[in-house]
Amino acid sequence: MSNIVMETRIRLARNLKKYPFPIRLNTAKKEEVANKIIDAVKHSNSPLADELDVIWIRDLSEAERIALVERHLASPEFISESNGRALILSKDRTMSIMLNEEDHIRLQILEKGFELQKAYDIADKLDTLLDENLEFAFDESLGYLTQCPTNLGTGMRASVMLHLPALKASKAVSRIAGNLQKLGLTIRGAFGEGTEPKGAVYQLSNQVTLGISEKAAIENLKNIAEQLVSQELAAQKRMTESAQTQDKILRSLGVLRYAKLISCDEAMELLSNVRFGISSGIITDITTDSIDSMLEKIQPAVIMVENGDISPEERDVIRAKMVNRL
Amino acid sequence: MKCQKCKNNEATTHVKRVINGVTEEYELCRDCAEAMGVGNIFRDFSNDFGSTMLGGFNSLFKSLFENALPARTQATRCETCGSSYNDIMRTGMMGCADCYSLFRDEIMPTVRRVHGNTVHCGKNSPTYKVEIRERAERENEEKPGGKQLSELDSLKAQLDEAVKNQEFEKAAELRDRIKAMEAQDE
Repeated sequence: MSNIVMETRIRLARNLKKYPFPIRLNTAKKEEVANKIIDAVKHSNSPLADELDVIWIRDLSEAERIALVERHLASPEFISESNGRALILSKDRTMSIMLNEEDHIRLQILEKGFELQKAYDIADKLDTLLDENLEFAFDESLGYLTQCPTNLGTGMRASVMLHLPALKASKAVSRIAGNLQKLGLTIRGAFGEGTEPKGAVYQLSNQVTLGISEKAAIENLKNIAEQLVSQELAAQKRMTESAQTQDKILRSLGVLRYAKLISCDEAMELLSNVRFGISSGIITDITTDSIDSMLEKIQPAVIMVENGDISPEERDVIRAKMVNRL
Repeated sequence: MKCQKCKNNEATTHVKRVINGVTEEYELCRDCAEAMGVGNIFRDFSNDFGSTMLGGFNSLFKSLFENALPARTQATRCETCGSSYNDIMRTGMMGCADCYSLFRDEIMPTVRRVHGNTVHCGKNSPTYKVEIRERAERENEEKPGGKQLSELDSLKAQLDEAVKNQEFEKAAELRDRIKAMEAQDE
């Protein structure tokens, strides 16, 4: 199961009752809100209080900002503006809070593997602790009030990252995507935007937040994710019977181990093939965990943050050295 | 300013797109903006739903919305944040918590269409729960029929809890008891 489900995320959108939403705040007011929240987190008695970093977007270089998105710690929308925006990050990076993105608070819990309930429980506790200090905007019938009405109600977006190479190859994902909408769920590529998801990594999440409890939304997401996983595994089994697929998987590993230069797109595609080989049992000496952390490390801005401002070709050399170690 | 795409109509829509951290901005006329599939949830739903459903739905929605829009809202501004209904339509964003009370009638059709529901049944904010309790206590002290009221409140709280836990049979029973009690009061 966890070979297909890479990661679980719970995100809660919250706003302070006493301040207008970010769209109606100037930079000074946004900073006031951000500082209030930072203060509340520090005094909240939560695990996040002890060890946290506060990162103001205005203090970051462009590469550092993009790297946050590539690591899935911030949204692309969040780094597009620096005014009054800050990120609270736990040392192990499993808890984060975006301040003054679309809402005052976007709290996110990341867990490796398929851990919806565990991630929600952590998010729920932290939310309750913060609410006691900050007083969140809440309405009896509309639930938590958010800047955009699409997040009203629970304000919760639960998602799982799925690696679906076989369903992608058989074009089944796009067929499934249409049906998911009726179930209040949505699926999209997790890396980059557009129709071709890089590395066959998809994000499945709930769409509806009003009129459905957190528990029911999570249960629904869990059921559909389990179905997708079993479909993917069945499709993998069928596909890997052919010598062609086996050849593609093992050649991919060969290229990764011996390439001297490799672009991010190529590396992602090959890593995805190798990951397919691991989950279908063809490759046994590499773990999916090492592939997953590699997928993050080879991203362009992440390499730049580690190695300074270098040319794309120098990046390709460094990236090749990293994947050679697989 | 003219629309940057057709270079013909007056630009009325400012579009900002962030793709992989790269920001692009355009000034577009309404037609070009809709053709590009950008709009906001109040104005353009065609992206969110299957096109079949939306054949005549978009125009229907617009006319519904216009009918639902009393003249006052054109000029009414939220006292807390200064948003007008036009601001909300233009950005697709509410200005503050109080906007939800002030413009509730106008936005509810949109909320219903996005979620298919209009009533929250998830977690209740802990500070809000304290507020309800305090309100109930206050009302108890003020009104002579205090006991009656607290019983009603307690039933309502139980109903919320039942709905939250999806115990619908229990919820229906509680709902009937509340109705009966309210009828008695009147």
